[in-house]
Amino acid sequence: MMKIFLFTVFLISGLIFFALGTIGILKFPEIYSRAHSSAKCDTLGTILTLSSFCIYSGFNLVTLKIIIIIIFIMITSPTATHIITRGNYEKEEGSNDADF
Amino acid sequence: MVNMLNFSIIILSITVFLCMYRSIKGPTIADRIISINVINTKVIAIIIAVSFIYQETYFIDVALVYALIGFTASILISKIIKES
Repeated sequence: MMKIFLFTVFLISGLIFFALGTIGILKFPEIYSRAHSSAKCDTLGTILTLSSFCIYSGFNLVTLKIIIIIIFIMITSPTATHIITRGNYEKEEGSNDADF
Repeated sequence: MVNMLNFSIIILSITVFLCMYRSIKGPTIADRIISINVINTKVIAIIIAVSFIYQETYFIDVALVYALIGFTASILISKIIKES
């Protein structure tokens, strides 16, 4: 019973964060605020949703693989958004000195 | 609990289609790349939910490889944006 309760709470909160990030991507006026919305809501929504799948699965090898995916997404999703936004900023400003 | 998995797949599919609107209509290239990055992350969650519905554990490996390929593609396309 506790497992079903935790699974439902984590899954619903993850879906709410995904929906809020999508609304931000649709409604914000420019590229940098859209990048802000997508990076934060997408990372937290993925962590919560995949944690709910870990609770659903129990304690076995599948849970270890999902935890590996969670750690990978925690590192790469903000990094990818940062690199895309910085590339766009350097294209707009014309400066080419910063390396990434 | 399978009903909750079906519900989550439906909600994630609706948000994927809304993100696809931004990736088609977006004014700059960076808008499209950011929304496609979000779609990648949502598709990973959808693949894992489908693997629990079908009870096939090898879909988890598919999701891991999908995450790796999506990150590599985002970095390469951002380098193309910077040099254009």
